Amino acid sequence: MTTPLVSITGLSAVSLREGGSPILRDVSLTLQRGEVRGLVGESGAGKSTIAKALLGILPRTVKVTAGEIRFEGRDLLTMPERELRAIMGSEIALIPQDPQTALNPGRRIEAQLTDGLRLRRGMNARDARERALQLLEEVHIRDPERVLRAYPHELSGGMRQRVMIAAAFSLEPKLVVADEPTTALDVTVQKQILRLIRGMQEAHGTAVIFVTHDLGVVAKICDSVTLLYGGKVIEQGPTASVLAAPRHAYTRALIAAGPRYDRPDAGLEPVPQSVFDQLQAELAQPFSSEMSHG
Amino acid sequence: MSEIATSAPRAAAKQKGHRTVMGAILTDPKVIIAGGFILLLVILAIFAPYIAPKDPLEQDLMLGTLPPVNGSGYEPGYYLGTDDLGRDVLSRLIYGTRIALTVAFVAAGLAALFGTVLGLIAGWYGGWPDAVISRLVEIWMAFPPVLLSILLVAVLGSGVHSVIAAIVIIDWTRFCRVIRAETMGQAKLDYVTAARTMGYPKLRILIREILPNVAPVLVALISLEMGIAVIVEAILSFVGLSVSSDTPTWGGMIAQGRQIIYQGWWVLTFPLIALFATVLAFNQLGDGLRRALDPVLQR
Amino acid sequence: MAEPLLQAKGIEVTYGNRRRGGVKVLHGIDLSLDRGETIGIVGESGSGKTTLGRALLRLVDVSAGEIRFAGQDITHLDDGAMRPYRKRMQMIFQDPMASLNPRHTIGQILGDPLRFHGLARSGADADQRIRRMLDRVGLPSIVLGRNPHELSGGQRQRVGIARAALLEPEFVLADEIVSGLDVSTQAQVLNLLKGLCRDLGLAMAFISHDLSVIRAVCDRVTVMRNGRVEEEGACAEVFAAPKSDYTRLLLDAIPLPEVDAGWLKGPEAA
Repeated sequence: MTTPLVSITGLSAVSLREGGSPILRDVSLTLQRGEVRGLVGESGAGKSTIAKALLGILPRTVKVTAGEIRFEGRDLLTMPERELRAIMGSEIALIPQDPQTALNPGRRIEAQLTDGLRLRRGMNARDARERALQLLEEVHIRDPERVLRAYPHELSGGMRQRVMIAAAFSLEPKLVVADEPTTALDVTVQKQILRLIRGMQEAHGTAVIFVTHDLGVVAKICDSVTLLYGGKVIEQGPTASVLAAPRHAYTRALIAAGPRYDRPDAGLEPVPQSVFDQLQAELAQPFSSEMSHG
Repeated sequence: MSEIATSAPRAAAKQKGHRTVMGAILTDPKVIIAGGFILLLVILAIFAPYIAPKDPLEQDLMLGTLPPVNGSGYEPGYYLGTDDLGRDVLSRLIYGTRIALTVAFVAAGLAALFGTVLGLIAGWYGGWPDAVISRLVEIWMAFPPVLLSILLVAVLGSGVHSVIAAIVIIDWTRFCRVIRAETMGQAKLDYVTAARTMGYPKLRILIREILPNVAPVLVALISLEMGIAVIVEAILSFVGLSVSSDTPTWGGMIAQGRQIIYQGWWVLTFPLIALFATVLAFNQLGDGLRRALDPVLQR
Repeated sequence: MAEPLLQAKGIEVTYGNRRRGGVKVLHGIDLSLDRGETIGIVGESGSGKTTLGRALLRLVDVSAGEIRFAGQDITHLDDGAMRPYRKRMQMIFQDPMASLNPRHTIGQILGDPLRFHGLARSGADADQRIRRMLDRVGLPSIVLGRNPHELSGGQRQRVGIARAALLEPEFVLADEIVSGLDVSTQAQVLNLLKGLCRDLGLAMAFISHDLSVIRAVCDRVTVMRNGRVEEEGACAEVFAAPKSDYTRLLLDAIPLPEVDAGWLKGPEAA
């Protein structure tokens, strides 16, 4: 077995703002090269905190108390600032939730897409522009010349998200962290963006951490899934196995709570109080009670 | 209901802390220090005759330009020294709070009243009232404020009433602009739509729903305006356009001290410090109150 | 009862100044809703579904068409003339935080409308009604003294529902009311709303971008696109056999929680 691309072991963190309350509890997960992993959970589950930790952008109010995050064997948490900066953007890249605010409104797309290529890959302006055009074509933008000249506000939400995906893959990273990248989009656009992320990921052999609250999205794009609650891993394993044969009562309850257009009489079942009681009891235990699938 | 169960401890924690608005105000150190200082000034102003060690108007040329405590030639009882006419600086400073605070409270209060009423109308009703009020504000703001105030007082005649009138006439636009924008912002929120779906009359929505949400900004503005009013009064006193010269004012003292700065630096310095501290206190109080009064920022 | 409770005929809404060429966001919408019936209004951003909802409640003015409520033409009533209708048609909002006045307590938020419309015989009567309603929506009565920001998202949305239901309306408009909630909370809130509609005989227009939610809650559905109705019909029929290509596209785009390798490679969305 080869070394995994990412291996998180025993990661715990507390929020300094809320009197040291835990926001990650003994989280462990491994990600192989080229794997798409869903991090899923309801609000407060800790899924974004893990994503931020991977990107080295944890807010100052969050303190890691234990554990390590190894990226190709090197611990990101103890790495000197210089080395970390060399990795971020170049080997680990982000697709943000809101492409509206992630793009600088005052700069043209060309400037924003070529920055990384010129600064991190040492390309000259003409080569960087060529590469940017290729990338835009790769994310199925029909008129890349026009888009390069455009300012962000001249593009639709779906177009902006395509630009963000092009930017994320521009430096051929080994890992892309996608933080709820389709939450703000209409369903038809969401489908296109999911297809695009999956296509880019397959073409480049990139691993993806896909943060979402939607089990449906997980089912369609992720090879494997990690379900979190209250900062703790509840269940993880291959997507097909977790969704088809969930082992934890909470996983089962979450699947039953979501309405489905194809089965009007199923769905909308509130998560029973007994499940929340069980979760609270498990959160209080120091050791992991995770349900993992082979 | 899990959400109730999980939010209960947080609510309980809040019970212990500042549940009430007063509680929130009284736990903010900024508000306590700045508010305490202003309260002290109010007490000094009201009880000036009992607190001031000397008569602020009593001249004694034998005691002219005496230095404050620890200076060579210090005369016991004249803690902050005397001016060139032998008047006690500390007593004049204490009496000076009367004019400063009167102008601060009355001018800021009236400017707030006019500006807020017009701002609420413009922001909520829109249409032609907004067009008229907004044009008026724009024209008003084209005048340079200090020159306009000097001009106004020159026309109205000197005296504390004129100073107040000048400040109100010039500064109502500050309130009007901010309150208009704030009202328009609040009007877009769904709690206002909810009030409309209840069938409440427009005026009721403005007063019962919107005004309380505009209040924190208003309070902060009033406090800032009080600081500004103190400065404007000092400027007008400095150029001799405020009250008659036999009433002690900080601006008047600064004007007088400027002339004898090489003989007695203290005559200029102490009223300047008083002015500076007062304006700073009003600004800090405004900022602190705005935070304390905002129910969402409280956390 | 032959006449529908709420009926819209050919309504158009234009934003901006019409003489200087405003933007028309609704192009002649017809819609009718019987007593006790629930209709889903679905569409993507820019479809005009939110504007349609607000036009039905006379919160935005229509530039053409007619809105009738309980047989009366309410299209051009002024604020005063609308007042008696206000308590009969209520609204629940998308963002419960923004729709509850942050400076009022939950007690005021629920009590003011009752007093304003003279629905309670006395203070004690109002109090009793409010407590019964809190119980109905599953909130403890201690919330009455709290401000909205002290409640969780799900609790706030229950307050929004209680406020609308307290006036015992005949029609309620629910605008994307669960889009900000977690799945587990969403199921509770939707079940509560369904129960209330059934118990009170409420007619409801339920606006959502989520066809799965609409399927779970509504009797009929109207699919909107670019300010026009694409398809309209009973949920059972529309979902089983959509007539419009657009409806089919929307359905195909919904990711169901089942692994399906073909889904991402399915027909390209427009």
